[in-house]
Order: sequence, then C-alpha cells, then structure tokens
Amino acid sequence: MVQAAVKPASSVDQSGDRPWVGRSIERVEDAALLSGRGRFIDDLGVQPGTLHATILRSPHAHADVLSIDTEAARRLPGVAAVLTGRDVKAVTTSLVVGVKAPVECWPIAMDRVRYVGEPVAVIVATDRARAEDAAELINVEYRPRGAVVDPLGALASGAPVLHDGFPGNLASDRAFRYGDPEKAFAEAPHRFSIDIKYPRNSCTPIETYGVIASHDAGEDAFEVLANFQGPFSIHTVIARALKVPGNRLRLRTPPDSGGSFGVKQGVFPYIVLIAAAARVAGKPVKWIEDRLEHLTASVSATNRATTLSAAVAADGKILAFDWDQVEDCGAHLRAPEPATLYRMHGNLTGAYDIRHVKIRNRVVVTNKTPTGLNRGFGGPQVYFALERLVQRIAIGLGLDPLVVIKRNLIDAGAFPYRTATGALLDSGNYQEAIVRAVEQGRLAELKSRRDAARAEGRLYGIGFTAVVEPSVSNMGYITTVLTAAERRKAGPKNGAQATATVGLDPVGSVTVHVASVPQGQGHRTVLSQVVADVFGLQPGDIRVNTEIDTAKDAWSIASGNYASRFAAAVAGTAKLAAERVAGRLARIAAGQLNVEAGDIVFAKGFVASKHNPENRIAFSRVAALSHWSPGSLPDDAGQTIRETVFWTPPELTPPDEDDRINSSLCHGFIFDFCGVEIDRVTLETRIDRYVTMHDCGTILHPGMVNGQIRGGFAQALGAALYEEYAYADDGSFLTGTLADYLLPTTTEVPEPEIFHMETPSPFTPLGAKGVGEGNCMSTPVCLANAVADALGVADITLPLVPARLAEFVRGAEPPPPAGGVTAAPMREGDRRLRGEGQAAVKGVPEQVWAMLLDPATLQSVIPGCQRVDKVTDTHFRADVTLGIGPVTGRYRADVELFDLDPPHAVTLRGGATGALGFGSAEGRITLAPDGQGGTTLTYSYDAAIGGKVASIGGRLLDGATRVIIGQFFTALARKAGGGGTTGSGFSLFAVLAKLSSLFGGRR
Amino acid sequence: MTRLNSNARHAVRFTLNGKPVEAEAEPRMLLSDFLRHQLGATGTHVGCEHGVCGACTVIVDGMLTRSCLTLAAQVDGCEIRTVEGLAPSADRLGVLQQAFRRNHALQCGFCTAGILMSLDHYLGENPAPTEAGIRDLLSGHLCRCTGYTPIIQAALEAAAQLASPTKETSDA
Repeated sequence: MVQAAVKPASSVDQSGDRPWVGRSIERVEDAALLSGRGRFIDDLGVQPGTLHATILRSPHAHADVLSIDTEAARRLPGVAAVLTGRDVKAVTTSLVVGVKAPVECWPIAMDRVRYVGEPVAVIVATDRARAEDAAELINVEYRPRGAVVDPLGALASGAPVLHDGFPGNLASDRAFRYGDPEKAFAEAPHRFSIDIKYPRNSCTPIETYGVIASHDAGEDAFEVLANFQGPFSIHTVIARALKVPGNRLRLRTPPDSGGSFGVKQGVFPYIVLIAAAARVAGKPVKWIEDRLEHLTASVSATNRATTLSAAVAADGKILAFDWDQVEDCGAHLRAPEPATLYRMHGNLTGAYDIRHVKIRNRVVVTNKTPTGLNRGFGGPQVYFALERLVQRIAIGLGLDPLVVIKRNLIDAGAFPYRTATGALLDSGNYQEAIVRAVEQGRLAELKSRRDAARAEGRLYGIGFTAVVEPSVSNMGYITTVLTAAERRKAGPKNGAQATATVGLDPVGSVTVHVASVPQGQGHRTVLSQVVADVFGLQPGDIRVNTEIDTAKDAWSIASGNYASRFAAAVAGTAKLAAERVAGRLARIAAGQLNVEAGDIVFAKGFVASKHNPENRIAFSRVAALSHWSPGSLPDDAGQTIRETVFWTPPELTPPDEDDRINSSLCHGFIFDFCGVEIDRVTLETRIDRYVTMHDCGTILHPGMVNGQIRGGFAQALGAALYEEYAYADDGSFLTGTLADYLLPTTTEVPEPEIFHMETPSPFTPLGAKGVGEGNCMSTPVCLANAVADALGVADITLPLVPARLAEFVRGAEPPPPAGGVTAAPMREGDRRLRGEGQAAVKGVPEQVWAMLLDPATLQSVIPGCQRVDKVTDTHFRADVTLGIGPVTGRYRADVELFDLDPPHAVTLRGGATGALGFGSAEGRITLAPDGQGGTTLTYSYDAAIGGKVASIGGRLLDGATRVIIGQFFTALARKAGGGGTTGSGFSLFAVLAKLSSLFGGRR
Repeated sequence: MTRLNSNARHAVRFTLNGKPVEAEAEPRMLLSDFLRHQLGATGTHVGCEHGVCGACTVIVDGMLTRSCLTLAAQVDGCEIRTVEGLAPSADRLGVLQQAFRRNHALQCGFCTAGILMSLDHYLGENPAPTEAGIRDLLSGHLCRCTGYTPIIQAALEAAAQLASPTKETSDA
C-alpha cells in the first residue's frame, strides 16, 4: 500500500495586514460540521404529517411492462398513495430532451423499462419502512426484451432499439471540420491512431439524494427542498415537467450538502417524481435515496468509445487531429446531456497548438442508467485518448514523451489564444510550468529510480500528462450539438450569469448571499475573505449565506455549483457587489470627513482619509446611515442597503456559423508526472511518486485549492485503479454496493506532490480560474501512461485492476476445465451459482421423499417461505422473501419436477421472479439409505440470476447462498427428527423457490 | 432472551453522551435511524446502510460500532457516544476537532462524524500513534472530498497535543 509522507501541519494564517484573499484561514463552516450540528437535508425537520416515499425499480434492463398490480400495496395500513407511470403522466409532462427528436423522457417507466433501477412505482406511506413493506406487495409483470450495454454494439445493425425516435439508438450524429485536416493528414509523414473505451464511473458523494416536496392545490404551486446542486437551468426543466410556470416552483437547497461532484445535478428527475407524489397524496412527501439506489440508478459519468488519429511530423509536431467519439448516455438523454460530449469541444486540442481538426460526434443510448454531471465532465474521456496518443506518438517516433509534449505546447506569448475549435485560452505559460515541475518534482531522480528498479527486474514506469482545465462553462456550448441552422431557429444561448448580493443591516454589519450552492468547498469562508478585503473588515465580520431559494433570491440559469465556476465567477461577482456598495459608502464618508471620495480608504473597521488616517469614521456608522438617515446621504449616493450584481463574461459568445465555440471562460494548466511500480506477483499498482503542477490563476485560499487537488486526485485514482459501474451483457448492474464498487481508502491514496504557478486570468474579477476538476482529467491518463511504460503495452483500459493487468503480463486466462454439472441454459452475463453437497437426514428415503414433495413441509423448512401451492403433483409455486445485504424482496418461484425416480432421485427445474431480480435453476437430488435408518441426500445445482440482486456481487451472494442452504437442511433435518449437513450447496427444492434466484433468508 | 413483537413498538433506553434517553422503536429499526429520527441526534450520518462507508460509526459500551448494522433494540441499557458528545461545550471544540479545522481535514463534513469517533476511540487507547496505524484504522471509512491526508495529519497533530500536558486544549 502506498503511504503518504505526511508533512508538518499547515500553520493557519489568521493575522497580519496583508489582504485576506490568498490566506488559508480556518473555515467558518467547520465548527458546526465537527460537532454534529450540520444541517443536511435529512437532518432538517419536516412539517407534521409529512409522508415518506420509496421507489419500486425495474430488475430488468429492457422489458415491456405488461401489468402492475398495486392493490395489495394500496390496502396496507399506512399507505397513502401508489403512483405508477400512468399516475405520474396524469400530472406531469415529459422532461425535455437535449436533442431534436421525437422522444420522450419520463422520470418513471411508462410502458417499458430501459435500465435496471428505472422507477416503476412510487409508494407513499406514513413512514419509510411501511412504504417498503408495500413495495414488496406490488406485482409487476414484465416481458423481457433484448438489452444492449455497449455503445458500439448499440450502433450495430440488429441491436435492440431503445427508442423509436432514436433509430439505430443514435440520438445525435454531427461532423465538424476546422482548418484543413484532410490536407494535413495527406501530407504528414506519420499517422498515429488509438482506440479507447473509457469506462463508466461516478464520484459517488457519501450523502445520497434527498427531496422534500409539497403542493399547494389552491395556487397550483410546488415547494421543493432538495440537495440539488445546479445548474439552475434545470429549474426550467422541472417546472415544465410539473406543468407550472417558474414562479410556481419554489426550489430551495439545505444549508449543507454531503458532497456532490456534479452528481447531485441528477436528483432532478426525482424532484419531479416526488413533487408529483406530493400532489397526488395531497401532503408533503419526503424521499431519501439509499446507497443501492444511488449506485444503481442515480447518475454516472458517460462511458465513451473514441478513435483518435493524429497527423504527425517527423519531429513529433502534431499537425492535425481526427476525433471519432461515440458517447454513451444510457437509457435516456436527460438534460443537460449530451453536454458531457460538448463541454470540451473548444479544448479538443488540449494544451497544444494544432490548427487542423476533424471531429465526428455520435451520441447513443444503451440499457444503462442515464448519465449526467460528474467531476471532470468530459475531460477524463477526452484527455485519456489525447494523452495516451501523445505517448504512442513518442514511442512510435523513438522520442521521449516529454519532448513530444513540449514540441506541441501553445507558445507562452500567444495568449489569449484561440484554439482551432473556438476556445479562447485566457492566460498561461505552459513551458515555464513544466520546467518548474520537472525541477521541483525531481524528474531526473525519478528516472534514476526507474532505471534502478528495471535493473532489478521490477516493473516500473513513468507517465506524463499535460492538460488544459476549462472552468466557468458557457451556457451556450451545448447548442453546438445543433447545426447552425437549428441554432438560428432556436435563438442564441450563451454566457454564464453569476449573481452576488451584499447587504448592510441597520447596525452596519455585512451579509453576503450568492447562488453558488456549495457541497463542502467552503464558499462561505472564501466570500468572507473577499468581501472583508473590500470593506477593510475581518472575515468574521462578514456573514455569508449560500442557501438558495428561487422564490426570493437573485439567481439565473447558470447559478449553482458546477464547471468549477465559484472562484472565477461567483467570488469575483461578490467582489464587484461589495465594491459597488463601497463606492457609495466612500461618497457618503467623503462628505462626512470633508475629503474627496478618491481619498477614502477602508481599513481596520474604519472608513478613513488616505492622506490623514486620523480623519476617520467607523465603518458600521457609515454603513448604517442608509437605514437611519437616508435624508442625510449625498443626493447622488443612492441607497447602500443592498446591492445585487449580475456578471457574465463577454467572452462567452454563442457558437459561430462555423461551429467554433468558446466553451469555457477560464483555462488552467496542469502538468503531471508520476512513477508507478507494479507488483509482479499481485499485479497491484503502487504509486511511487505523483507530481502535479497547477496554474489556476490567482489562488484565493491555498488550503482549499490543495484540498480540491487532493480530493480530485483521490477520485481520479479510484477511476484509474478500482472503480467501474459494471454491467453484465444482459444489462444487470453488478456493482450495487460499496463492497463491489470500490472507493480508494486511506491505505490506497498517497499524498501527491502539489506545486503551483499563478498566471492570473485577465477575464475574471479576481484573476482566479477553476481548479476543482483538473486532476479528474489528468490523473487517470497519467497513471495509465505510467502503467503502459512499466509493462511495455500499447492498449490500456481502465480501471487497472490486477485481473486486467494479468492479461497483459500473463496472457488471457485459460478456459475452465471441462466437466462438472451440466448447466441449464442461461443468458450470457447472468451471475451463476453452482454447487453440490450432501446432507444426512433421519428417516428412510421414502420418508424424506414424501417430505420433499409435501407443500406444508416445504413451507416450514424453506427459509423465508410465505406459502407453497401445489399446482400438480410435479409443479409447485412458492412465495419467498429473502434478503442479502441491502437487497431484500419477495419472489415468486415456479418449479417443476422431472425424471422422478421415487424415492431415489429427482430433477428440479424452475425460475423465480421478483422486484429485485430473477433467476433460473436446475438441480438434481438423490436419496440413498445410509445403512443406519437414515438417508444420505446428495444434491447439485446450477443457477443463474440477474436483475438488481446481481448487483450485490459474488462475495456476498455466495456466502448468503451457503447460509440459506444451511438453513434449509437444518430445518429439514429438524423436521425429520435430527441429522445434519455436509458440504455447501443448495437446497433441493430451495433450488427452486429461493435459490433459483437468490440469496439469504431474512427470517 | 427477550422476544420482541415485530408489529409493536418497544421502549429503548440507553445513555447517550452521558445522559439517559428513551424512545420507542419497532424491532426492525436501526440504531442509526433511532439516533437520528427518534432522538434528534442527527450528527451521526448514514452513507451506505451496509457497513462499508463508516459514516455512521458510534461507540457502544466502549466499542466502535456501525450504527447502520445495529438494531436500536440491541443497545437497550448500553452507553453510547456520538459526535455530539465530543466538544467540551457548545461553543468550544475539542483538541481533535480543532486539529481537523486547522488542517482542512473536512470539506462537506458528511463522513466526518464517523471518522472523529473512530479516532477519538483509537487515540484514547494509542496515545502515540503512527501514521501507518492511523491509516489502517481509517481504512474502514470512506471520504470522497479530502483525499485523506489532511485527516491523517490532523489525527497525528491531535495525538501530539494530547500527549503534551501543558497546552491549552480547547478553544471556540
């Protein structure tokens, strides 16, 4: 395991005359969070009588919903309402879809499910447990369809089609051309190409989604509290879906949010769903997502298949790129998708000066959870292809990768630099940043370490990455998916309105409000620094509120916490608002102090004359004047009670006629290199050193900037080495717990060596640029480049789990030896459970045989069995409730007996279906006298399961299966009057009922 | 062994941060939900409900416990400590809490309560911890914001401060 060299404590910078901005002061947020007094959504009280919702979800990746029987659920005491797609459709309209196509997008399945976890019913009851009880009583009849999970497979002819309005599963297909790429490729001496499949993953905040909604029928108005993060362009999507004008959707956020990283943008379909439930139930409804729901069905980053080619000169100069990107947005194209694909459009040449670019962008739908915002948003997918290709070019030309990087960098004198695809890179000096990183990060010494390691036969590699980190998104970049003609018709979209309000109360204390919706980044602290500097006060004098209430606050579509926009846009806007107030206060003070306004300075709690600091007046006195004596203000001063500033950068223009788009306002620079060693035995990747150099413009709070870098690095490390939202070929979701979707812990995350350079942005009020997402873009490919260097391989697919590296190092795993149990036919990709064993039961075989065929006996010995019905002598049906880990549910099993040889042997074959999954199994049981009046029962089984329960993962499932089987035989033996079991296996009949699909008994 | 009726609510009594508490719970109610929703002790958070993330960690009779894997009825009569009991008073932070604030060892703060409880327990038994020891201890906690290093640093600093008898140990 990698250990960090923990450095001595950062001393906290709390005093002195220097500006507050730029210092690592302690955070104002922390005292409450450290004392258990945070106010996250589930910590807040609700109105008496508030109901609680749970959501019944699809176990199938693709199926028609034939019927939903909710009667038993509705009859359960405490249940207030059950909503199916039809009920939701009656009170809402489809969510808008991001491309022009005859396709609808509902937050709940209408007549077809298209991914595992898609909502099928919402159950509202007096408490959550009762709602979950009721959900188990709902019977949904599905007719499965073929599923497709691979983006290229979705485009293949004959692939199952998800939406008729997306023929061939293709939601968008656009081609772009900048410069003269054909000529560049024709004339270049070299052409290099790379095929990438970037996996699905998510930054998985530790707090899940939460929504509390109510509906006022008198005014037909909704009030919603949700840990939504923005962008508030989504407010218009929600209001439209709920069929109310924007002023009848009051959307608020709680004071604290437990992380988001983009992910909590994806709560919005649930806002629609829970608001609809509140309307139908006539009472407030609360829903808190659980972790299984979150991993299965919240949102994820896109996976993408990319082919990138480069035309290259002999010296490594890249002359042109040819991008072919196939973006997988999951089962529905939900707003703001396909934004992930277009967020990087202006930056598709990275940190390099490349004038000729050809692009084909396709967006496809597959039977997976719909995608949305996720830290890095398009950057990881783009840079993985781009920077892997740069390494390939270097190897192909026999050059050092760093030489190829340097040969192509944008010249330091070229800023502001317009890229071929339209981005206006604001500032930077990439060459200088690399020089400093190479020196401070001791690259020469790292190369010696590599040489030494390799001399000893160890697998050691070094990787490099240069990345431009965009921040402050242009709200118009997504319209690049439309043609110029379509854009003309739709009207221009561009800009990035930021808002900030600074208020002075009647005792002259200062309040700041912004619509930035932080999820842990410490916005309140930084704003107190920014505004304290303007007014000459202490940060503790400034009170900052970052909650948003769309009914009362200044906000716009760009409000929220995304695209790393806080430091560059929001903090700068707060500065402008404070300066506007300060300008008026200066005029008032100038009159009182009898000086020119230009002579006024704000310092140490006073408003004073620069030339004669003794001539001064307390800040609070001037600040309160507008309340107490407006008549004594100078005529031209106006009020100083409250000032709201809206700021949008003029550089963020709409896409032009040639599809050039300045997709972001700011562009930081990152240069990373690292040394990794791969253990020859375990194939674990150990990070020896990770160096990351950042130029994010002016740094407002060094501690928080480093916090963003470390946090992004840790998530990127997870994406590179451990994390993948994995699906079986049938669309079953395989990583539904945090024991299957592995997040890095303290023992896996080393401390990166962080270096900084500050080239202020000329386009932002404070000179700051975003910094929060950069390592999510740079680190996965930097580690991959290092691993490729260590192993000497060309193709690398994330995550770099040992099993995958084993194929590189040791070749593909041989097929399993022949023989064993003959399996019932099963669909490829289903989870399989196989086993055999023996049990000793008292009583002669005839007695045991009779017990096994007797419904009453079976009901009493099958774990979790509710009832067994005998349809014919050889056909049984059973209701069984079983749970494994977080997945508990009721199943209906259908089992038939074949090859009866009483009382010696029988074959059981059957299937089970339930809300949580489905399965099929076949088992053979033989009975033989043990010579002492008892029976030796031998069994073997082969089962396949799919659906939600398959997401539990093999470790839990296998263990739980053993427990169940043990329970079955213990109970059978007890019923027969003693005995025991040997081996680990399945129960015979249990094979069917439960086992066929399942998991552990819960009662 | 007492058998509880699954359809009824039962009184559960225990000591929470030194004070007696009592409320009713169905037998299936988790300790985490009981603390949060029956007693209003919302400082303990729920991140996964299957014992992996560590956010819900509390101390039951001196043992670190995942409150999401514990039934409320199981702790009847026990002594329980949660994050609400760490600070010496409402307007002051304890040594470990101060070290967290000083080192930026939290961002969103959602996982923090569980980490603080594990560290408080560990430092009580290991007054001179090593970095490796703390990393091993905290490998049972997931944090998505910080990258962990500031947490390790805060723990080491707090341990050093607690071992030094002369220092002022709490502050607002």
